[in-house]
Amino acid sequence: MVCGISGSMWLGDLERTARKAARWLVERTPIRSLRDWGIAFSLWPVHFTTACCGAEFAAASAPRFDAERFGFLPFVAPRQCNLMLIEGTLTKKMADAAIWVYEQMPEPKFVIAMGACAIDGGIFWNSYNIVRPKDILPVEVFIPGCPPRPEAVARAVIKLQKRIRRGEAIGLKV
Amino acid sequence: MASKSESQVQGKAEAAPPGEIETLLGEVLEGLSPEISSARGAVSVKVPPDRLKEAAERLKAAGFDHVKAVTGIDRPDSGEIELVYHVSSYLDPRLSKWIVALRTTLPRDNPETPSLYDVWPSVKYHEMEQREMLGIHFSGHPDPRSLLLPESYEGVPPLRKDFKVKVEGINA
Amino acid sequence: MSEEEHVLELLIGPQHPASGHMRLVAKVDGDVVVSLRPDIGYVHRTVEKLAETKNYIQIIPLIERPPLADTANHNLGYVLALERLLGIEAPPRAQWLRTLLAEMTRIHSHFYGLGIHGIMLGSSTAFMWAFWDREIMIELAQRLTGARLTYSYMIPGGVRRDLPPGFEDEMDKALRYLERRIPDYHKIFFDNPVTRARLEGVGVLRREDAIRLGIVGPNLRASGVPYDVRKVDPYCAYPELDFNVVTREEGDSLARMMVRVGEIRESINMIRQILKKMPDGPILEERYLKMIPPKWKEWMAQHRRIKLPAALISLRPPKGEAVARVEAARGEAVYYIVSDGSPKPYRFRVVSPSIRNVVLFEHLIRNCRVADIPAIYGSLDYFPPEADR
Repeated sequence: MVCGISGSMWLGDLERTARKAARWLVERTPIRSLRDWGIAFSLWPVHFTTACCGAEFAAASAPRFDAERFGFLPFVAPRQCNLMLIEGTLTKKMADAAIWVYEQMPEPKFVIAMGACAIDGGIFWNSYNIVRPKDILPVEVFIPGCPPRPEAVARAVIKLQKRIRRGEAIGLKV
Repeated sequence: MASKSESQVQGKAEAAPPGEIETLLGEVLEGLSPEISSARGAVSVKVPPDRLKEAAERLKAAGFDHVKAVTGIDRPDSGEIELVYHVSSYLDPRLSKWIVALRTTLPRDNPETPSLYDVWPSVKYHEMEQREMLGIHFSGHPDPRSLLLPESYEGVPPLRKDFKVKVEGINA
Repeated sequence: MSEEEHVLELLIGPQHPASGHMRLVAKVDGDVVVSLRPDIGYVHRTVEKLAETKNYIQIIPLIERPPLADTANHNLGYVLALERLLGIEAPPRAQWLRTLLAEMTRIHSHFYGLGIHGIMLGSSTAFMWAFWDREIMIELAQRLTGARLTYSYMIPGGVRRDLPPGFEDEMDKALRYLERRIPDYHKIFFDNPVTRARLEGVGVLRREDAIRLGIVGPNLRASGVPYDVRKVDPYCAYPELDFNVVTREEGDSLARMMVRVGEIRESINMIRQILKKMPDGPILEERYLKMIPPKWKEWMAQHRRIKLPAALISLRPPKGEAVARVEAARGEAVYYIVSDGSPKPYRFRVVSPSIRNVVLFEHLIRNCRVADIPAIYGSLDYFPPEADR
């Protein structure tokens, strides 16, 4: 540090100030747009399958629907992911795991809830063993359908990208 | 890959005709006071609860080598829980045509029965499931964990009739 | 260090690189798995309880959700049990159409299993190829039924739709394509030295253990037990089809995979026979067909599909019980319905193949390397939602 103890008495902690200034600058329009553009095209969903919609999610990542063209590639470790797809029903046992995985992801992070079950229980609405994802996680986009078609997954991704680029995504504000 | 002849032999093997399986079961379970009945192509054998294990051992010796399903049926009206083991055979083509329901009734307030794990290891997960879903205690079962429900689950076992879930419609 | 300190408990999942939904609790000594127990129930959605609150026809979509990659076979199992309870039988053409969809589903379900196994072994090519080829059968099933995976095609007394125009030609093209593809899979995946090294002799299930543990489906047949419900207790059009039960003697992971490949070939042959031999006639049982008003009958003939008669909506089977079994893609599925004469079942029991195969995790993944876990896991074609129901 250049200024030492006496300097920080007058100028404040330079490093902290610099960090504050950098954050202020990043939140300003040209840089923020650049950042959000970057985030929008590097969505890494964590490989976390909660229920049977995972079969359609796998089809969305497969060649025919090829979600990778949106910059969207499932990845194993939650530490390197910024998107969580709740693939269908979230049972009570799985909900604990979902929260653990979500907490391990670095910010900014986003949640997409896939399938009717993830909206309000779907066909299992009166089951005693399910949790509604919106009660425990900040969901950005819901995908209706039981199961949603892979095209619907792609549409949700595009929608999330738009939200991120407009700065509307909840994950950016946390 | 299987030789063609082997699989065809199995396909064409004569299954025991309807009367025969009942006679066979009657012979196998002689002395255990079985009630044998058949309806809709399924045979069922009812034995008293204290004879269940012996009946299972005799059925196994007769060639019924695995259990397809273990089902508990809660009957609050008669204060009983009915326990059904669907058994069949992989190897004996005469028996594998049939699914035999080995059944017994347990008192509803204290449903306890010896586990058939020693006889048929294939009952393991089925019995665990029925234990947590209906509160049936299988004594001698090797695994005390809960299977499908969270460990923290408390209250009435879900498949008992007094466990109510919401229903749709005007009666809800 | 004492003996116990060597052994570590390793929790794998429920978030893990394999398809998820379950946790494996492994005790490892260095790199060797001493014992492993599967912790399931992460997708337990209480189908059996919910079925008790629904009308019989509403249960069809309910039981299709758990085995999502293999819906038609489970739909068929349930409908067969229900028909047995009602004392009706579908007309011949409906039986053949059911068999057709069941075999199509078997093909795409096996491709799903191969693809997931591929990704567990780190072969993305196998995943990409299998999921592409799977889409072909899904697309054709979609033309037949209107849905990608959840067909709800079989209803008590028949099926919902007849073959769409031009279906035979499309199917013929698809089958020829798939037959050409299987040698390619052999070249790039099945006969690949890496695949062989990872699968051969790994996770050997002996014949007597398979029987003792009540294993079903390709996992059983890979251990040399020629048990297939389609032969043992034939249903629908299977008695009239000429097919072999594919078995292997080795019982290792590779054998399990190759049984599935063999079954894809058999299913291709079966679909050819079905399309050739399918009889003409109605696709719904006469008793229900009579209830449909004449103006709807015209519409039905024009659109080649069924308008559900009201009687099907509130079916009231007589008091009693029925049990039915089918050979689903992953193995034998057993459906057991107990009716008390009301429009809702008194007790409904689904025994899916996966819940019967889950015991294999603790039996097979023992005294092997940690790196072998995905190789064995993938070869079992285990689908957790189907097991947990």
